[in-house]
Amino acid sequence: MTQTLLETTDLTVRFGGHVAVDRVTCSFRAGELTAIVGPNGAGKTTYFNLISGQIGATAGRVTLKGQDITRLSVSRRCRLGLGRAFQLTNLFPELSVFENVRLVMQTRMGRGLNLLSTAESHADVSHAALAVLERVRLDRLRDQKVSELSHGNQRKLEVAMLIALEPDVYMFDEPTAGMSVDEAPVVLDLITELKQDRSRTILLVEHKMDVIRTLADRIIVLHNGALVADGPPAEVMASDVVQEAYMGKEIEDV
Amino acid sequence: MVRFLLSGDAPRSRILAVLLALVLVGLAFAPFIFPGVRALHTAATICIFILLVASYDLLLGYTGIVSFAHTMFFGLGAYGVALASVHMGRGWDALAVGTLAGALAATVLAWLIGLFSLRVRAIFFAMITLAVASAVAVLVSQLYQLTGGEDGLTYQIPRELTPAFRFGELFGVRLNGRLLNYYLVFFTCLALFLLLLRIVNSPFGRVLQAIRENDFRAEAIGYRVVVYRTAATCMSAAIAALAGSLYAIWLRYVGPDTTLSFEIMIDVLLMVVIGGMGTMYGAVIGATIFVLAQNYLQNLMGLAAEATAGLPLIPDLVDPNRWLMWLGVLFVLSVYFFPTGIVGRLRAGR
Ligand SMILES: Nc1ncnc2c1ncn2[C@@H]1O[C@H](COP(=O)(O)OP(=O)(O)O)[C@@H](O)[C@H]1O
Ligand SMILES: [Mg+2]
Repeated sequence: MTQTLLETTDLTVRFGGHVAVDRVTCSFRAGELTAIVGPNGAGKTTYFNLISGQIGATAGRVTLKGQDITRLSVSRRCRLGLGRAFQLTNLFPELSVFENVRLVMQTRMGRGLNLLSTAESHADVSHAALAVLERVRLDRLRDQKVSELSHGNQRKLEVAMLIALEPDVYMFDEPTAGMSVDEAPVVLDLITELKQDRSRTILLVEHKMDVIRTLADRIIVLHNGALVADGPPAEVMASDVVQEAYMGKEIEDV
Repeated sequence: MVRFLLSGDAPRSRILAVLLALVLVGLAFAPFIFPGVRALHTAATICIFILLVASYDLLLGYTGIVSFAHTMFFGLGAYGVALASVHMGRGWDALAVGTLAGALAATVLAWLIGLFSLRVRAIFFAMITLAVASAVAVLVSQLYQLTGGEDGLTYQIPRELTPAFRFGELFGVRLNGRLLNYYLVFFTCLALFLLLLRIVNSPFGRVLQAIRENDFRAEAIGYRVVVYRTAATCMSAAIAALAGSLYAIWLRYVGPDTTLSFEIMIDVLLMVVIGGMGTMYGAVIGATIFVLAQNYLQNLMGLAAEATAGLPLIPDLVDPNRWLMWLGVLFVLSVYFFPTGIVGRLRAGR
């Protein structure tokens, strides 16, 4: 009996007349990696924004571990176990690589409101942050300013910050986009590693079919904001709706 | 020990370290190195402005919040001491009550302003602070009976802090209450500056910097941005008020032009920018240079004018009456050449 960690019920957002996410009902269980696919503009990022709270829903509900979080703030959702990496790199540019991860570790360990001790004196926070940097192999760049990193390394850091958070729900939005062929496997290996923890769930927006084939336990397809297919990878990939709406385009692209 | 006091935040530039040491020694021994009423007044003003500018840096440089109400908080502390001394009569209890009341009023007002405007966009906060600060300035000049209006208030402070209180001589310098008053200002400012340095290097201070860099992401990794911004605003206001109380104790006078005026707000902005935003030490360098220039540039120019008396044009240019123009030129040049402030420049180059 696997536990449902995250659920969206009739989740909808309208921008003016345009329905970007259209009554999406879906649940995500522990120990499962769900790939979310769909053409550009299908509403995948917007769906993430609704779940993590950057955008308020027009209608519908988001439930995290049984608790309705639809009206909660972004930071509250994060503290409740929702972790998000962004499609467009979204870091603290003038701070060091290490400090970016350390800040995440600090919030996870609940030290943020500490006023009278120096940040350095929280050695456990620093150690944990460094361990994450080692995992993503960014430890050699720890003192580099983030704005001076290559795009690939910024993407890696984006993933590192999500890993540092150790949420119950991991949300990756095209984590390997724009990465070189030898950089992408590092990130994909990390996600594979995260999968070993059966108490969490992973949502992964990804375009590359080979990646999805090896990683995903399940695929959901968004098209014009609506959920049009949901099931095991082989089944969904073979379905007509995907062949039409998505695969056709993907095959042309490749 | 030094590392502990500086919260691990080393100057990271040899020249900066030397400059800071010079300022510290200069201020610590000011009554003995620079005798004279005017010099001591300048030293006390430097101490107070270092603290005021540092508390503004917490907001502007570290958190990325633009506020135009900082001199209003400064004024609240000053008027707190003044009103308490006027109404309760001369005494230490009046100073304590006035100081606490001023700091409390500043904190509450900052909290209210934050509550109404920090959730919205940053520019809105700046506008609200401008509006509230103007309203308070008008109120102070209107409530003549209470505040003395444009004339301000003069009052008595405990005898132990006035020149009338004498207790001997040291190295040819008369030990009196004025000296005690100076050291009250000096040590309080030093302690509060070190406290600010600790705050910006604490986990809390790091979150403020993260918010400055990317508030969207700070929220996404779990920090309640509004709470941090509001807390920083309140702390900054409280410390500004304490600086104001010290100024009131030092001057034995408050008026709109010494604490509340918009000109001081501009001065504080300039000091923080010239010194270097988001560095704390920038407040030390910025305030010292600025206050010295304000007080002595005129004299210096007088000397220059005399020295160049025979030459054409130059004496006219350095005429002491033109000191404000030269001050302006200095600022423009320093901002142009050191966009990251003096501290930023010193840390970058070697
Ligand atoms: N804040 C917004 N305001 C208006 N339209 C938006 C906003 N965010 C997204 N959209 C629109 O919603 C649609 C879905 O976008 P997005 O979720 O980014 O697609 P995907 O991530 O699947 O490529 C697009 O048509 C986009 O223009
Ligand atoms: Mg997208």
